[in-house]
Amino acid sequence: MTEVLHPGLLLVAAGLALAPLKGTARAAVALVVPAAAVALVLALPDGVVWRGTFLGYPVTPFAVDRLSRMFALVFAVMAFGGALFALRQESRVELPAAFVYAGSAIGVTLAGDLVTVFAFWELMAVGSTLVIWSAGTAAAYRASMRYAMVHLAGGVVLMAGVVGHVAMTGSTAFERLALDSPAHWCILAGFLVNAGAPPLSAWLPDAYPEASWSGTVFLSAFTTKTAVYVLLRGFPGTELLIFVGLFMVFYGIVYALLENDMRRILAYSIVNQVGFMVVGIGIGSQMSLNGAAAHAFTHILYKALLLMSAGAVLYETGRRKCTDLGGLFRTMPLTMVCGTIGALSISSFPLTSGFVSKSMISQAAADGHLTAVWLLLAAASAGVFLHAGIKFPWFVFFQKDSGLRPPDPPWSQRLAMLLFAALCIGLGVFYQPLYRLLPYPVDYVPYTGYHVVEMLQLLLFSGLAFFALLPLLKRTLTITLDTDWFWRRLGPAAAVVLARAISRADRGARGATLGALRAGVRATGRLMSERGGLGRTTSTATMVLWVAVLLTAYLVFYYVRQP
Amino acid sequence: MISAHLPVLQVVVPLVAAPLIVLLRRGLVGYVLAMAASAFVAGSALSLLADVWHGGVISYAIGNWPPPWGIEYRIDAANAFVLALLGVIAVVVAAYARRSVAAEVPAEQHYLFYAMYCLCLAGLVGITVTGDAFNVFVFLEISSLSSYVLIAFGRDRRALLASYQYLILGTIGATFIVIGVGLLYMMTGTLNIADMAARIGAVEARRPVLAALAFLTVGISLKAALFPLHLWLPGAYAFAPSAVSAFLAATATKVSLYVLLRFYFTVFGATFVFDALPMGGVLIALSVAAMFVASATAVFQADFKKLLAYSSLGQIGYITLGIGFASKAGLTGGVVHLFNHAVTKGALFMLAGAVALRLGSVRLDRMDGLAKAMPLTCAGIVLGGLSLIGVPGTAGFVTKWYLVLAALEAGSWTLAFVPVASSLLAVAYVWRFVEVAYFRPPSAEVARLSEAPPGLLLPAGALLVAVVYFGIDPSLTVGAAARAADALLAGIR
Repeated sequence: MTEVLHPGLLLVAAGLALAPLKGTARAAVALVVPAAAVALVLALPDGVVWRGTFLGYPVTPFAVDRLSRMFALVFAVMAFGGALFALRQESRVELPAAFVYAGSAIGVTLAGDLVTVFAFWELMAVGSTLVIWSAGTAAAYRASMRYAMVHLAGGVVLMAGVVGHVAMTGSTAFERLALDSPAHWCILAGFLVNAGAPPLSAWLPDAYPEASWSGTVFLSAFTTKTAVYVLLRGFPGTELLIFVGLFMVFYGIVYALLENDMRRILAYSIVNQVGFMVVGIGIGSQMSLNGAAAHAFTHILYKALLLMSAGAVLYETGRRKCTDLGGLFRTMPLTMVCGTIGALSISSFPLTSGFVSKSMISQAAADGHLTAVWLLLAAASAGVFLHAGIKFPWFVFFQKDSGLRPPDPPWSQRLAMLLFAALCIGLGVFYQPLYRLLPYPVDYVPYTGYHVVEMLQLLLFSGLAFFALLPLLKRTLTITLDTDWFWRRLGPAAAVVLARAISRADRGARGATLGALRAGVRATGRLMSERGGLGRTTSTATMVLWVAVLLTAYLVFYYVRQP
Repeated sequence: MISAHLPVLQVVVPLVAAPLIVLLRRGLVGYVLAMAASAFVAGSALSLLADVWHGGVISYAIGNWPPPWGIEYRIDAANAFVLALLGVIAVVVAAYARRSVAAEVPAEQHYLFYAMYCLCLAGLVGITVTGDAFNVFVFLEISSLSSYVLIAFGRDRRALLASYQYLILGTIGATFIVIGVGLLYMMTGTLNIADMAARIGAVEARRPVLAALAFLTVGISLKAALFPLHLWLPGAYAFAPSAVSAFLAATATKVSLYVLLRFYFTVFGATFVFDALPMGGVLIALSVAAMFVASATAVFQADFKKLLAYSSLGQIGYITLGIGFASKAGLTGGVVHLFNHAVTKGALFMLAGAVALRLGSVRLDRMDGLAKAMPLTCAGIVLGGLSLIGVPGTAGFVTKWYLVLAALEAGSWTLAFVPVASSLLAVAYVWRFVEVAYFRPPSAEVARLSEAPPGLLLPAGALLVAVVYFGIDPSLTVGAAARAADALLAGIR
């Protein structure tokens, strides 16, 4: 033990301390502690800080290297920005829960052994469940329960894997793992559940949009990105991850294109963006790992910014559906500008943070001669621009005039948005500090003529496609088009029809499974309640009968098996 | 000088305290004497544990009649651990009983309650320390008879039925045990456990030995409430006075499981029970059934104490699962769970008693919004619940860890998932309480309540401190359990 304070535990403690506080004291703790955590992370020394033993195994609950410092830093920054944005949140539970959540996410990144990873992993699940629940609506309550179930089940698999790993190797250290034993498969599966990987991707868009206007901002940052972090550390270069990641990329795009709830669009796009990172991890070259780490870093910032602007709209209007919104640019100019900056960043527009990070992953795919991967990623980049880059700001801030005239949100929210917008632009222009944080040395230059032109072309054409597709995406909106557009529309139209069919089949299958589960639980409940066969008070005779049965069974059994 | 007699004194002191309390007929005196006896047991148990920590064995000959002719009290790491558990729980429950019994038992019966408490403790301690098979039966009867009375003290009239059912079943169990011991005596000509162990291998006719094993297994399973012989337990725990629920849940089944361990590993020998006969497979199958069926039943209970009782049945499954592996890791997990579950469930039943004291009921549908009125009690229940689930940082996690480890050592990935998957059911039943107490607005009835008195909260809190402490630094409990496992496996034949 040394005198270095653990920033994650500091945040967890602050979360617990926040619970009873009100007013100025609450605001002060909410802002000062994450700021202190940022400072602590920046000052962290390299190497193992805390050592201990657990059940006879040496553990290192607090260890620092480049990768962990980078993630801890962005998590701490996020805790600060989120707290600033959430200052006006009236729920007494959300901010404390969010601090526990953020603190345990930092705890995962600073854990040098798998036992500590697992402990913080579970705490993170508890914190995030409470964040969702604290929205206070019935829908949020049900969503938080579904969310908790998925994550606890993931935790079960992870724990089995961790114990299996320790039993096999006798070491708890969290190092690179090969997919050579059931234990490591379990660990990978546990990690992937949190990343939003198939087949359980749906937990994310199901739960996140049900949180409060500020809760979703926190949620977007930690769970999936800790999963990216542990995958980066545990499974770099695992080829399977390329396919998993590509699936996530397109899953996110398809569903986001079809979605009407503004925050659900953004939630699907989290799956999509994490997919990019997972592909990067799967490629496994230094460049791609750097890219995945950098993309996680920038993604946290711009996705938070996007969800802040969506949250501000929700806060002011109480509406969340694209069809109920529109034309807000008139009275919420600041929110519109910040939301657009976020949208440009997620689309990797040059001079925004997304550009300097995502292009590294594509470049790594190209360098690795993974042509198909590179092509798919390029196509997906266009898709991202479609759903998050244009669709979100267009439907919310422009489009038709919904007649709503809400003002920009209160100062705390404006300030948080401005801060993150500045970070998005700042990292896009001055990318060297970000590159210096990366785990491996970087010799990549994002702003070459080729990269910029390539990206602009991609964005331009997908932008055109968006407006071409508008009638399909939203039927009430008509835009007159020249006749020569029709043949171009046929292909995209088929794509949209196909996507709808896939999503319908998927929903049907999921509905059927859920229905069967529900019926099963009800039947079990009948059997096991106080009046059911297994739960009621049995007569003494029945009990004695069981004794007789068991005794006879043993006697017969022993005589048959008599040694 | 006196310390040489500790093995017998810790039985004698509570045994003498009981009639003394009856003679004095004063509730307060009864309480003081019960507390003093418990404290004495705790102190001597801990000192004995320290003595055998490094693998020694203490043999005490009653009345200076040397074993195997006289009765021997024999203490090794295994029973010293159980003894320490008994002592600690006895003290904490005694501290708790003062306030709880005052509320739940008519004043004129207090002295009887404490007398029975002392008798029950004496019986349990006796079972644990004795090295004589027939003596096990004698003390078993002492503890059982007194616990029937203790349960019948419950205010709810269903307590009488529960006590009666327990009496019938307990008597059958004890009879089976004495039949088993009788068969063993017939075949080996000795009642001393160590002597029996030495001679049993030479017995030519195996059938009586097998019959003895069958009778002992069923008899002990009954007392330990091992699935499917558990049906008496939920009623007994749910309707007994709170202090009794806490005491019995934490100790009675645990001592029975210790007896099972002693007979399996010391008398019959692990090779015979687990290799020649596949008792390991049977135990594992029954444990898995208990972990899932009983835990699932707990989810659907409307009475919180019944919920805890069914949860106990599932948790007993964790212990017997560990025993079923018959390996160092498995036994360590099983034995350490004797302790982990005892402190966890003890605390939970105490807190349930605190709720009962204020609310007058432990039905979940009356606990709406209870966390607002009784924040400490509810927080304690949640903490205990986390340990039942086995969340890292609580004692329950340590158990789960060893059980998964043992399953993997035995080469079974399926069994490795069993303890962790069954903990999902624990999540569900703990959640039942959390949802009611935290997520519903307080009813008018609940809103008027005040926090439970410190007389109830402090003892429960002490156990919860143990839950967390031994979850973070389990070296003491795991060390003791590992030594106990060594002691049990030492005579492996």
